[in-house]
Amino acid sequence: MLLDVQTAFQNSARRDFPAVVRRLVSPLGFSGMLLASATMLLWQFIAPESKVIARNPASSQLQTAPVSNSPGGTLASRPALNNFPVNIQSNVLNTVVLDPAHGGTDPGARGTGGLRESDVVLQFTAQIRRALELQGFQVVLTRLGDADPSFDDRSAMANAQRGAVFVTVHISSTGLPGTARVYVAEDQPPMNGPIAEPTGLIPWDQAQEPFLGLSRKLGDVVQGLLAQKFKGSPSVAQSAAVRQLRTTAAPAIAVEISSVSVEKREDLDRMAPGVAEAIARGIVTFKPSYVVASTATPLQSGTPVASPTGAPR
Amino acid sequence: MNPRWRAWIIAALAAAVVAAALYFPSLRNHVKQAAKITQETEEQARRELTQPFLAKPGEPRIRAKLYWASHADDEALTPVSVELPLGNDPVLRAKQVLNTLLAGPVDSELRTLPPDAALLEFYLLPNGTGIADFSEALATSTPSGIASERLAVQSIARTLEANVPQVKRLKILIHGQEVDTLAGHLDLSGTFPLSPTSAPPATKKP
Repeated sequence: MLLDVQTAFQNSARRDFPAVVRRLVSPLGFSGMLLASATMLLWQFIAPESKVIARNPASSQLQTAPVSNSPGGTLASRPALNNFPVNIQSNVLNTVVLDPAHGGTDPGARGTGGLRESDVVLQFTAQIRRALELQGFQVVLTRLGDADPSFDDRSAMANAQRGAVFVTVHISSTGLPGTARVYVAEDQPPMNGPIAEPTGLIPWDQAQEPFLGLSRKLGDVVQGLLAQKFKGSPSVAQSAAVRQLRTTAAPAIAVEISSVSVEKREDLDRMAPGVAEAIARGIVTFKPSYVVASTATPLQSGTPVASPTGAPR
Repeated sequence: MNPRWRAWIIAALAAAVVAAALYFPSLRNHVKQAAKITQETEEQARRELTQPFLAKPGEPRIRAKLYWASHADDEALTPVSVELPLGNDPVLRAKQVLNTLLAGPVDSELRTLPPDAALLEFYLLPNGTGIADFSEALATSTPSGIASERLAVQSIARTLEANVPQVKRLKILIHGQEVDTLAGHLDLSGTFPLSPTSAPPATKKP
């Protein structure tokens, strides 16, 4: 009985084999396979960033690792990030990490007309990226599509860069439409002892502390330029305990544009070129301050952490 | 089956489908309204349970300073003086001013906290850390955004700062839990330092 079944199977397989081969090598199937292979090959070349973000396992691989990101070489402990491109060329400001806030299941602010903050910021960051690249900066985006990396994942992408500033872009749900505000992290005394650990590492949760001076300088420059373009915007940056900024070991600002409550989406879209230009020009203006700070504060590993502005903590 | 009967049955079924299609939006609205009423009733019941009448009869009324949104700038706060029967106990005092802050100003546009949010409990640690535990509505109903979340937290902090000098730091919990952010932006994982400088005097005995 068993033998009969095996023989029948072998006969059937022998009979069907040419049919399978014919189907595989038929012009339609063959060209389909060729097209799929070509697409995959092309994707490897044209989308290296999206590939890296998809493979980023930061949240599941938290461990302490030293990273040098400050102009003065401040050490910070951070979640280890494998396979992310690290710019280790120089201490000069040449990279901008752009963070389109929210994404994925987190839409952020939602307008009555169905506008979602997570969608609008993608358009804004696309324009900001172009403006920055025109000024010669390398731009790293924390997300490309509708993904939602965690706060720590986004900070880890910034902390892996050297010679970088971080800009997170938001759209508010309140406020005077047509205005833009820049926020920097609040200068709070650390609650759990001194910021520098005996190892010279900065606790991940206080990564922004040594950069507050530079962040304030960058924020004021960008806010001043935004105020010139958008009447009703404040003239200097404001302080706020923005979660995303706290774990970022680089000069970091949050830019919030008002608002998803606009009557027409076009009203927001019209702001995008002005916002992009102000941010790009602001970072260009800020660039010399970053270089001066880097030469002013050489830092040896194991010594108390010095702020990039030169003042020891 | 008689073809005439079959036609009648098909017509009746078609009419039933059309009627159901017409009735569906209305049914959906009814369900939504019923859910909303249930939610509001639950929130109201929670408020009534968690907010007993705190003022003792006969306590003198004191001008407390509460911080709501400014008329001139919707991103700034302005102090408003309100007469309240404030006690000497810092925890009761904190509850009284925060509940008044939550009740909101006369002009509802100047609110800084959502109307359905409630203070569940207030604790004061020996080191001066005040822990304010709010209902989930504070997180879910505060408009998402750095500006709006900052205004909400600042109004709580400034109001405590002005009226309860014993509170040196503020920690905000949502339904007894520590949360990462208020509504996606403002960091609630740490404490907010307060610098009480202009707190009203403690209650004088009548």
